[in-house]
This record gives sequence, structure tokens and C-alpha cells, in this order.
Amino acid sequence: MTRAMEQYLRPGVKATPFCPGCGHGILMGLILRAIDQMKMDMKKMLFVSGIGCAAWIPSPHYDGDTLHTLHGRALAFATGAKLYNPDLTVMVISGDGDLSSIGGNHLIHAARRDIDLKVICANNMIYGMTGGQVASTTPVGKKTATTAEGNPYRPFDLGRLVTAAGATYVSRYSVTQPVSLINSIKKALRHKGFSFIEVMSPCPTQFGRRNRLDKPEDLVADLMERCIPEEDAEGMSEAELAEKIVTGEILPCRE
Amino acid sequence: MLPEGMYYFSGNDASAEGALAAGCRFYAGYPITPSSELMERMAARLREIGGVFVQMEDEIASISAVIGAAWAGAKAMTATSGPGFSLMQEAIGYAAFTETPCVVVDVQRAGPCTGQATKVGAGDIMQARWGSHGDYQVIALSPWSVQEMYDLTVRAFNLAERFRVPAMLLADEAVAHLRETIKISDAKEIWDRKKRTGASPFGTDEEDGVPPMPAFGEGERLAVTGSTHDDWGFRKTDDPDVHARLVARINEKVLRQEQAIGETESSFLEDADTAVIAYGFTARTSLYAVKQLRKEGLKVGLLRLKTLWPFPESAVGRAGGCVKRILVPEMNRGQVAGEVRKCVRCDVEPLGLTNGEVVPPDAITDALRRMAR
Repeated sequence: MTRAMEQYLRPGVKATPFCPGCGHGILMGLILRAIDQMKMDMKKMLFVSGIGCAAWIPSPHYDGDTLHTLHGRALAFATGAKLYNPDLTVMVISGDGDLSSIGGNHLIHAARRDIDLKVICANNMIYGMTGGQVASTTPVGKKTATTAEGNPYRPFDLGRLVTAAGATYVSRYSVTQPVSLINSIKKALRHKGFSFIEVMSPCPTQFGRRNRLDKPEDLVADLMERCIPEEDAEGMSEAELAEKIVTGEILPCRE
Repeated sequence: MLPEGMYYFSGNDASAEGALAAGCRFYAGYPITPSSELMERMAARLREIGGVFVQMEDEIASISAVIGAAWAGAKAMTATSGPGFSLMQEAIGYAAFTETPCVVVDVQRAGPCTGQATKVGAGDIMQARWGSHGDYQVIALSPWSVQEMYDLTVRAFNLAERFRVPAMLLADEAVAHLRETIKISDAKEIWDRKKRTGASPFGTDEEDGVPPMPAFGEGERLAVTGSTHDDWGFRKTDDPDVHARLVARINEKVLRQEQAIGETESSFLEDADTAVIAYGFTARTSLYAVKQLRKEGLKVGLLRLKTLWPFPESAVGRAGGCVKRILVPEMNRGQVAGEVRKCVRCDVEPLGLTNGEVVPPDAITDALRRMAR
């Protein structure tokens, strides 16, 4: 492994801000690998993010234009920038709470408009930065700072949500599936429409320690066991799929 | 742009044309009475002249898209009324803190809450100034005619660009729905934001305290954030000096220009012992009342505020030094009267009317006669 990806980091950036074991640092590198393989011009790339841990993946680390906005509003800011200057490649990188809870209305409307935005939703299934509160993506029964006896409510299926709202490329992968994920990001970069990639990213600090997955490697092992490609999921019973996260292309794009 | 000439417009239409004349090429908005006609005109006209119009899912998205477009290089605006203006406040704070030029037209209606959606009010004066959290400044102008819906929209864009600050047109339903003939002239001053390659976009040694502002895609690799940031946009969320310096600069760059930004108009004030201080539509009925009482020999005059924020302390203070008492009629419960009190030593009497109607001349003449006794 070389340090070739450092050319895409803003001069002055020294270290990632993420906790040990956080998946966001891996995702930060995988996005850059897709950008590198696609030979994107960073001068024409705008990275928009909201508020939360995942919003710090691009801001200020990536050496393009970065716009770190308000909680939940990244897609609305991105819509304004992309509509005024269509030459920009606009990528929105933010968390599950930011994009699907406080920003849920903007998410479905951005998908409906099918504007060319490449959205990467880092899903750690919890509010990490604020101390581990339940999210709209927390699985039923999981413990958080505000659900000591387990989350009573069902999580969003984000892929199906944005597909129904009108997105034109939708996929779900885990940071434990780096090659598939890089390929999916490259597809999103090529696709001229609203792309949405949900990325499962472990949060040992807030999610793991409350759910008997104390060590970062426990969370990674758990994700690797639970995330199964769609072809493996075919033929599995509902009971067998209950604890699984099916990954792959939920809505393939026309190439 | 419209050729020079005379035009018969509503206030909302005039504001839209003023925006286009000032160089506005991006509009994002959400329908709300009594401002919707402004959005409808922008939808039609931006299509004609090659700008971008988008109707967003709500007012939060509208102002957010405006800020995104502004950083992509646009002169951008939105228009709304009370409930939508409330929703926009967090993002207005973002625009102030990231020094994003943009224009918000607030066609005020009778609040609070949904209130009387089709009736007039002026209850958003304090919200315009203090609606977002923390210490920041905005610029707010107050038109009293359809002509000024045009002229002050142009001025709002110029001030927003010159000082890199959100600028507001605090109109009211009466002026926005009024129809009058206005004059559009080619001879007008247009300001554009400063640009300098390689300069820091969030800090400057220049006297005006306004750094240059590049756009996305120009190769400047901008880092824009609503967190406390240094001159280059790097987050500095635990450095007390960086925070203090930034908050001071975004406030001082506006406050130091109070006299340049502040515009007022005096009528019959030279020998007056009683002044009316008014703004927006209320200044029209106030002028009528003052003229009536002059016929009766009362020494009354009018100071009309065309700028509300930063508050024109110098002009109000000067007027207050020459008269014995001041009446402040307004369509709220004394929001500007309180500001006037901070600037003068003479008696200040508020005349607040919150019934969804304009302040009638009779109410003003009655109050002035009573004060003269």
C-alpha cells in the first residue's frame, strides 16, 4: 500500500478526526480510490455535507471545494450549487441521521427531482457525535443512549425509500466490502442522475459498546457476517434474513 | 432587463424586476401569501433571461439552495412571509457566519403564527435582526412604495455583495400588493463581490473587514463551514481567539458602516417640535397625517426610515435632538419605538396597531394632537 491517496487531501490536514475503529476513515479512503480510478478533476468537485461525524469525511479534508452546511440541509445546499453550475461534480457525503431524519424531506425531494447528485450515506445506525442516541436507522431492539431497553421502532430501509422517491441509481454496501463499494461509487460518478449509496460503517464508540460488540474487530466481524450479497440472499427464508443486511445494487443504473 | 421607461407594477412584481436588474440569476422559493406573486414572476422571467429558478420543498430548503448557489457564484434570492421567514432563520445565521451574500424578501403579514395570512403587519422587524442564535448582523431595508420595492431590492443586492452579508427587504403586504407607476432607469450603480485569486476567503487585513469571495469550481479549493473557522475555512472549534476575532469582524464590518448603509428621509422636520418616525407603508399614512396637521399649524414633521438594520442611530439621534417628542406608529407592538428610545433623550410614544389593517391617518393625527396638548 502506498500513500498515493494523500494527493487528494487538503494541505494542512494532519489526521482523521474519527475514533479508533470507526468505519468512516475507511470510507474516506475508499471514496478517494474511486475518484482516483475515475481520474476526476478535484478542481471541479464539490463535496457537500451536513452535521455529524460523517460530515467530516470530506470537510475540510478533501482537496476540492467543501461545503459543510447545517444539520440535515446538505442536499438543499447541493441542489442550489449544482443547478447554478452544472459543470461541478457534486457529491454529498453525510450520515444516516443527517440525511434521513432531520434531512428526510430534502432526501425524498432531491431523489424525486433526479438532479445529478452523488449521495453517500454513511450509516452507523446511531447518532455518534452527540453521544449515541437512537436514529431512524437503528435496528429494532438495539440499545442506545435514549433506548436503554432496546429500540421499539422499525428503521428506515433507505434504499427502498429513495428508490420509491425516484432516485435512478441506488445501492448498499459495507465498508467491509471495499472492492464492490469502490465500483459502486465509480458507477455513481458516471451516472447522470440522483445516485444514493448507503454505506454500513461501524461505530464502536457509541453503537458497539452498548450492544455487546465492544471491540472494533467485533463490530467488523459482525458486519462481515450480517452483510451478504443479494445473490446469496436469494432463496433464504424470512427468518434467516432477519438479522442480515442484503448488499448490492437495489436499483441498477442504465449505463 | 426591462428597457428604460414607466411601468405599472405591483410591489411584488417591482421587487422581482429590481432583483433581475441587480444581476440576480438564481431564485429558490416556496409558496406563501402574500409574497407568492414575486416567485411566480421570477419563475417566468428567469426562464426568459437564462437564470435558474427552482421551487423547493420548504423555506428551509429554499434559503439553503440560495446559499449553495451563492457559493457557486450566483447573485441569489428568495422571498417569503412570516412563517417561512421563521423557518429560514437558522440558515440566515449560516449566511451571516459564512459571509454569504444573498437577499431575502420578507413580505410581512399579520402574525404571530399563521395569523391573518392575507392581512398586513410589520411584526418581523426584531426577528429580522435577532431571529438566528448568536451574535451576528444583517442589513434590512424598508420600502414605502412600489418604486422602492424596485430600488431597494437593487440596493439590497448591492449591500449584500459589498459587505458579504444577508440583506433583507422588509416589505409589508400593503406595499407588496399596491399597484403604482414606477420609473425604471438604466443609470444605476451595481456592485459585484470582490474576487482575488489565492486570497484567504474568511479573513482580511483590509479596512472594510470584507474578504474577497471566490466561487466553487474556480480552483480555489474552498472550505466553507458554519463551524468557527480560521481565515482559510479550517474548523477551529476550541480556539477562543479565533472565535472572538471572527464574531467581532462579522459584526463590526456592518456596524462600522451604519451611516453609509442607513438611509432616511426628512419631511417638515426643520422647525418641528414633534417628530413622527415611521417606515414601510405606515410612513405613507404618517406623511398624510403630518401634512394635515401642518395645515392646522402644528409643528410636526416626519423622519422616514428606509434602512432598519443596522438601525440608523445617527439620523434618529439627530432628529431626537431637535424635537420635544416622537411618535412611532407601526404595525406591531412597538418594535422600532424601542430602538428609537435607545437613540434619543426626548419622550417617545409608540402607536402600535396589530389588527391586520394599515395604521390609518386619523389614528396618527389623534395621537399627535393629544401629544401637542
